[in-house]
Formats: sequence, structure tokens, C-alpha cells
Amino acid sequence: MSTIHVTIIDREGISHVLEAPTDMNMNVMELCKSAELPVEGTCGGMAMCASCHCYVEEEAPGTLPEKSDDEEDMLDEAFHVEDNSRLGCQLQLKDDMEGLVIRLAPVG
Amino acid sequence: MIQTDILIIGAGPCGLFTVFEAGLLKLKCHLIDALPQAGGQCAEIYPKKPIFDIPAYPEILAGDLVDRLMEQAAPFKPGFTLGERAESIVKDDEGQFILTTNRGTKHRAPIIAIAGGLGCFEPRKPPVERLSEYEDHGVEYIIKDPEFYRGKKVVISGGGDSALDWTNFLADGVASEVTLVHRREGFRGHPDSVQKVLDLAAAGRIRLLTNGEVVGVQGEGHLDALTVKHKTEGEIQLATDHWIPLFGLSPKLGPIADWNLNITKNAIEVDTLDYSTNVEGIYAIGDINTYPGKLKLILCGFHEATLMVQSAFKRIYPDKNLVLKYTTVNGVNGF
Ligand SMILES: Cc1cc2nc3c(=O)[nH]c(=O)nc-3n(C[C@H](O)[C@H](O)[C@H](O)COP(=O)(O)OP(=O)(O)OC[C@H]3O[C@@H](n4cnc5c(N)ncnc54)[C@H](O)[C@@H]3O)c2cc1C
Ligand code: FES
Repeated sequence: MSTIHVTIIDREGISHVLEAPTDMNMNVMELCKSAELPVEGTCGGMAMCASCHCYVEEEAPGTLPEKSDDEEDMLDEAFHVEDNSRLGCQLQLKDDMEGLVIRLAPVG
Repeated sequence: MIQTDILIIGAGPCGLFTVFEAGLLKLKCHLIDALPQAGGQCAEIYPKKPIFDIPAYPEILAGDLVDRLMEQAAPFKPGFTLGERAESIVKDDEGQFILTTNRGTKHRAPIIAIAGGLGCFEPRKPPVERLSEYEDHGVEYIIKDPEFYRGKKVVISGGGDSALDWTNFLADGVASEVTLVHRREGFRGHPDSVQKVLDLAAAGRIRLLTNGEVVGVQGEGHLDALTVKHKTEGEIQLATDHWIPLFGLSPKLGPIADWNLNITKNAIEVDTLDYSTNVEGIYAIGDINTYPGKLKLILCGFHEATLMVQSAFKRIYPDKNLVLKYTTVNGVNGF
């Protein structure tokens, strides 16, 4: 099993360094849920709810996937959107994401 | 007063299947749902998406699953109170529950089954300061009666189907002025509705403000203007009578949290023997409950519903014995 380290900063500002498997077809939303961090993932990861809205604070060596139209459209309806906003469910965990730092967006 | 045997809160897949299983035991059910239609998440979030893990259906659309469940429940003539939220529960002198909705509809039953899923779907409210002061004083998140906007100036926000559809509808001779504010140029809605909005804007019948976002609300007692932050033009003031932010719905546990039930992480704790809660006579099934090993799957909710109605039966008829009967042998004898 291959793992990388992803840091999630929760809404209280606390950093959680998580061991993230890259061979389990998991995304950042699911990683947060598996670590019992407060991410709802209401739509199950279909870019339809924005409950997994987060900010990419520090990029990993590998470039993150481009936003799909669905992700862009859903972010348009999210609140507190910044330039580094992403939907966690659209960020599939990959080996070149070692060191990625993600901050959870406010609920809403 | 609506009287029934099992009062089900939530008409999602688990609530609907409860009607069938209860019916086999000759127990009547009535369902309450805050949404205007039955089907829960399947109908509200993903009706056109396929599900692959319903036993014996290699693939079925969520909307079709709801239709089948309705068909399966039909012989047992369930009652429905739709578009109303279950608000409060009290017990009467005979030990029956009286449940009142937010619209005041009263229901009475010896058993309550909470199949509330992720909770009530409520409109998502944009983070604009002092917004709550204007709720029902010019700010509405749901259009109940379009006539309300006749001759009024209206601003709609959002980029999905409801924002587009209502813009088109209200611009068609209802409101005196319609402005659609959206954060980007692209829209998420159906291409036909998008085209219609673009045509209306080109014809000067609506004002379309893309790359903009409402950031402020003003008015004495009632909304009279909005501040829009525009990507290139800075802040724009818009005079208006109403603002309708349409940013979709998100589920909130809601009033269930105040019913003295044991709750962990937004879910109701149950005993896996029969999915009973800590309050006698109240059960919880489907996504809303929690127990060690819980999986939020439709399949699991069906199982929970089946065991739960057995226990409910024994509670209603303590002296009667139940024997398991196969539907194949006995058929489905409706009411
Ligand atoms: C995108 C997506 C894909 C999914 N895919 C699958 C899948 O492939 N397989 C699978 O098994 N599951 C899947 N699920 C999960 C599945 O939809 C849920 O497990 C299922 O809907 C739970 O059913 P339920 O009846 O418990 O609750 P819900 O379907 O959530 O219904 C609950 C209902 O209760 C109502 N309600 C709540 N509180 C109140 C109140 N106080 N008053 C009135 N009404 C109230 C709500 O309005 C809602 O309609 C998926 C979910 C999503 C979002
Ligand atoms: S989980 Fe719904 S958008 Fe990511």
C-alpha cells in the first residue's frame, strides 16, 4: 500500500497530518471523512453540493488536476470562494501529492 | 387530526419501504416530509443518477427506485403530509404521540419511526451581513407564490436551474423588473433555460449581471437596495423590492435534535435489536440512525425497516404473536 502525507487544517485552525493511501481510489473529501474531520460530503463526491469546499494552501510537487466544468459551476454557487478554492471530492489522492496542505472552508 | 399506526418522519426510500413491511403486518402508515415530493435524497439530489447496489437491480435510476417503492407501498394506502416539517412531539393521556408540523397539522400514532435521512433540506443562505433581518422583509429563499412578486422589482442570485427557471418565469409579465446576478458567465442549469435567459437579456427584458455577487443588503425595515461586488466595475447599488438567493438546499438535522433523543454526530443512537431509540415508542431507521458498524446505504435501511416494524407490532399488540409469512405464499393483501 502506498501512502502520502496530506495536511488538513480544520475550521478551528488545527493542523492534522494524515496518512493518505493513494491506491484506494480515495479523494480529499473521503480522506477527511475517514479521519472523522467535519466534512459532510452530502452528494457523495459528485460535485453537486460544495460541502467539501476547501482551499489549497500549499501545492504538492505534482500539479493538481484542472477544475472540470462541473467543479467550476458548483464552486460558483459556493460561499467564501477564493482563488485557491477547490472541491475536495474532485481531488483524487495521487503519489505526487505528498505534502499537500488543505484548509477546510467555512460551512455554508 | 390524522390517526395512524406508524407515523413515519421522512418519505425517503427507508420511510417508503417501511409502509410495505408494516402493511404486511396490517399496520397503517402515514408519512411526513418537508419536501414537496416523496423520495428523500434519491428524488431531491440525484433522481437521474444510477444506483448499482440495490439487490437484484444491476442498475436502477434513483428516481425509478422511488417510483417502484411507491408502487410497492400503494396497496397499503399510505397517507402523506408533504411540504411540512415535523416540529414537535408530545404524548397524550392514552400514551399516543401527537406530532405537530410547522404548519400546524396534527398527527396521532402509538409509534413514531424517524426516517429523516440527513435531516430537513433547507435553503443555503449566503454569508451576507444582516441578512437575517430582512428574511420575509424582502429576502426570500423559496418562491412559494409567484403572484407575490407581481409588479415588483426582483433580484435573483444563483446559476442553477431554479435561478434560471424563476428568472424566466418572473420576467414573463409577472415582476416589473428582473435582475439575475451570478458570479460567473457560465451557468450550471439546463442549456435551454440558459439560452432563454441570454435571449431575454439581449432583448433588454431582464438585466443580467454576471461576474457579480451580492455582498450587502439595505433598507429601513424592508429591503430596498442591494450592493453587488462586480469583478471589473467595483461596487454597484441595485434598487429592488425583493432578493431571492437560490443557492440550492442543504440538509440540517432540524427539530429532531430537540426531542430528547440520544444523538451523536448528527445521528440518533439506536439499539440494533429493533432500531429503537432511548424514547419508548420512537424508532429511527436509515441514514438518520447510528450504531457500531452503521453504513449509510439504502440496502441497510430496508433491513432496519423490516426488523423495526416487528418490534412496533409487538408494542401495539403485546398479546398477539407474530409468525413470519412469506409473501410468495400469502400474497400482498392491501387495505
Ligand atoms: C449522490 C448520492 C448517491 C448515492 N448513491 C447511493 C448508492 O449507490 N447506494 C446506496 O445504497 N445509497 C446511496 N446513497 C445514499 C442513499 O441515498 C441514502 O442512504 C438514502 O437516501 C437514505 O434514505 P432515508 O430514507 O434514510 O433518508 P433520505 O433519503 O435522506 O430521506 C429523508 C427524508 O426525511 C425528510 N425529513 C428529515 N427531517 C424531517 C422533519 N423534521 N420533518 C419532515 N421531513 C423530514 C427529508 O426531507 C428527506 O426527504 C447516495 C446518496 C447520494 C446523495
Ligand atoms: S462532496 Fe459534494 S461537492 Fe464534493
